[in-house]
Amino acid sequence: MADQSTNSVAFVRTEEVPASPPPANAAGPVKWMRENLFSTPVNTVLTIVAAYVIFKIITGAFPWFANGIWNSQSLAECREILQGTTGGCFSVLSERWNQLLFGFKYPPELYWRPTLAFVIFLLAAAPVLFFKLPRKLLIVTALFPFIAYWLIWGGSILTPLLALAGVAGGYVVYSRFVTNNFAMGFFGGIIAAFLIWTIGGSILPDGTITDGPMQSVPSRDLGGFMLNLMLGVTCVSLSLPIGIALALGRQSSMPFIKYVCVIFIEFIRGVPLITLLFVASVMLAYFFPPEATVDLFLRVVIMITLFSSAYIAEVIRGGLAALPKGQYEAADSLGLDYAQAMRLIILPQALKISIPGIVNVAVGLFKDTTLVSVISMFDLVGMIRGPILASTEWNGVYWELWLAASVLFFIVCYGISQYSQWLERQLATGHR
Amino acid sequence: MTIMTDPPRESFRLGMLLSDTRYRSLTLQAIAFILLALSIGYLANNLVRNLTALGLNIDFSFLGTPAGYDINQRLIEYTSQSSNLRAAFVGILNTLLVAFLACVTATIFGVLAGVLRLSNNWLVRKLMSIYVEIFRNIPVLIWIIIIFTIMTAVLPGPRAFRGDNATSSMLFDAFAFTNRGVYIPAPIWGPGSMVVVATFIASIVAMFAYRRYATNLLYATGRLLPMFWPSVAIFFLPAILMFFIMGSPIGLEYPELKGFNFAGGIKVGGPLIAIWFALSIYTGAFIAENVRAGIQAVSKGQTEAAGALGLRSGRIMSLVVLPQALRVIIPPLISNYLNITKNSSLAILVGYADVTATLGGITLNQTGRAIECVVLLMLFYLVISLTISFVINIYNNAIKLKER
Repeated sequence: MADQSTNSVAFVRTEEVPASPPPANAAGPVKWMRENLFSTPVNTVLTIVAAYVIFKIITGAFPWFANGIWNSQSLAECREILQGTTGGCFSVLSERWNQLLFGFKYPPELYWRPTLAFVIFLLAAAPVLFFKLPRKLLIVTALFPFIAYWLIWGGSILTPLLALAGVAGGYVVYSRFVTNNFAMGFFGGIIAAFLIWTIGGSILPDGTITDGPMQSVPSRDLGGFMLNLMLGVTCVSLSLPIGIALALGRQSSMPFIKYVCVIFIEFIRGVPLITLLFVASVMLAYFFPPEATVDLFLRVVIMITLFSSAYIAEVIRGGLAALPKGQYEAADSLGLDYAQAMRLIILPQALKISIPGIVNVAVGLFKDTTLVSVISMFDLVGMIRGPILASTEWNGVYWELWLAASVLFFIVCYGISQYSQWLERQLATGHR
Repeated sequence: MTIMTDPPRESFRLGMLLSDTRYRSLTLQAIAFILLALSIGYLANNLVRNLTALGLNIDFSFLGTPAGYDINQRLIEYTSQSSNLRAAFVGILNTLLVAFLACVTATIFGVLAGVLRLSNNWLVRKLMSIYVEIFRNIPVLIWIIIIFTIMTAVLPGPRAFRGDNATSSMLFDAFAFTNRGVYIPAPIWGPGSMVVVATFIASIVAMFAYRRYATNLLYATGRLLPMFWPSVAIFFLPAILMFFIMGSPIGLEYPELKGFNFAGGIKVGGPLIAIWFALSIYTGAFIAENVRAGIQAVSKGQTEAAGALGLRSGRIMSLVVLPQALRVIIPPLISNYLNITKNSSLAILVGYADVTATLGGITLNQTGRAIECVVLLMLFYLVISLTISFVINIYNNAIKLKER
């Protein structure tokens, strides 16, 4: 049968014609270029302009990198080696990397301490950032502030231990009472912690150590990129709880509390950070008791924390407002009181919505920590503008230094924003 | 602010203050009020004790005394004998000047980059996303310093323009880029120039009137008048005609090399350019993201629906997509303007005499009146921010989707 039908109708093809390849200009890279680079005359012009710009940048920058000098002692020596050819004097980085990272007064033999603190920081941040890691790592996170304080400032281990004891005591009191009443547990915990700190503080001897591996380093000796990182991490983590409290206060039905929060948030958001830093450097000291000496680092931390908590409060308020009203009503109908409803139902959802916003604030704040150089703290920017560019060896090396600073900030900020986008995808529980 | 508890006469027990929902919020507010008052009192007490210990007081009379320092960038008359208050005003005007200039250019950069990021040209798209990522992720402070360094360390001094074998030359013989600033031609207002300016203003009004008339006509009758070319014509032609009728009353004074420096023209100082340009490209990257998000927020169905109605692509953009995108773009755009104004306080770093540098910098250091200066400075920025947020709120209410 099959033979018959194929033979009887002679003009019907029996085998498939192989597909002929597409024309050369409709396949492969040519097609891609036609579609993406030269689709219209305007596009062609844009492509040529863009390609020219890229070409100029690459040809301008390449010899500068390729001829870079990494091993000279000063700018004059570097220029002598270069002998007029284009090239970067990157030796300022190999010569002064320690100052860029740690500041110019941190004892060089102690660099391992902040480095170790940084490594522990990565460990401590990991379980917070990636939910799939074992939860046991959170212990590192909880201990990190005390370890980091001890490693960076040095001194007797009793000081951070006392701080830890206070927090632990507060937590014990909190978990004892929180089942009855959240407010009682919360305030009881705070009071207990303060009691332990005051009593312990009066007993504890002065913890300053003058030499050895754990010798004390005063705050004014901190500097460089380390200072930026410290300010960023400390202020963001401190401002999260304050920001949540402010956001809840702003949503509150009690007019007095609401308006206090509104005034605080609008005031802080209305003034530039630099004026708040002026407050920290010239004004804040007047508001402490005359006998207390609060060092500049702490004052700056206070002001930056207030600053970022106002911004975080606004972000979280957006998250609270975005929740459907049914969630609040459902919590009420279950008979939960305010603290329970917030803790168990509202905040987990609202915080999830506001994570991208919080990360944005964190990135912005980390960039803004460079402003402390204006009030003569020697962070990364302050180090470059001050001690390094003013030194006789390196006076005039601009691009290498600013490039290095830009790269450091870019890596951190770009990394954080990529993480935030990743997290948004992870947390997207909506319909796809 | 006043806490009034008016307990009923009978059946009131103290425990009800906490357990009864009628009283609980009042109790909590009273506690909060007392705590706040106590902490403010504590801080104020510390302040008074500190000030008396140092022999200081709070006194604003320093504003009237001569400032005693010079400001090279000023919009109003000012000498070193002028009062500190006037120095602060010079600073305020400088802040507003740089904020205004930066807002305009940042918008241009931002809209351009935002639109180009959506272009179907792969190379341009990638280039623009590199621009946005680089500028958003590096502190504005570093950008300001980098551009200021370019202004002062890379641009040639006026000396390089001199002599027969000058190494630098002026652009079009009108613009000189030197390390002391950029010199541009200054307009000379001859007699009759006011007529030209008045004509120009009148033609702007006429242009808007024409556009309004055309829109009304379109909505009322459906008749479509050409919009773009008549607008351009009304904008330019009358002023140009009047310019030649009056005999070219407006001239240009070109900057010229005299001695060791340029004379004539308008000098735009290096610090101003550094802070202006840095704020523009930095904030432009943020605006680009807003613009892109705004355009992408308009669902594709809108474009398709407009296409199904038979609109051409230009009209789809102007009548359907843009009005909806602007609703998303403008509120963050205004808050970016606010950020520019606040970030302009970084001008102090490059020596641009804005209000932070005059009132919060030199005046503060010379008079030692830290508290007064910082408070006044904050007040100024607060007024600006509150004004701008007021505008945002009005706009948001105006464009809110009117649901029936």
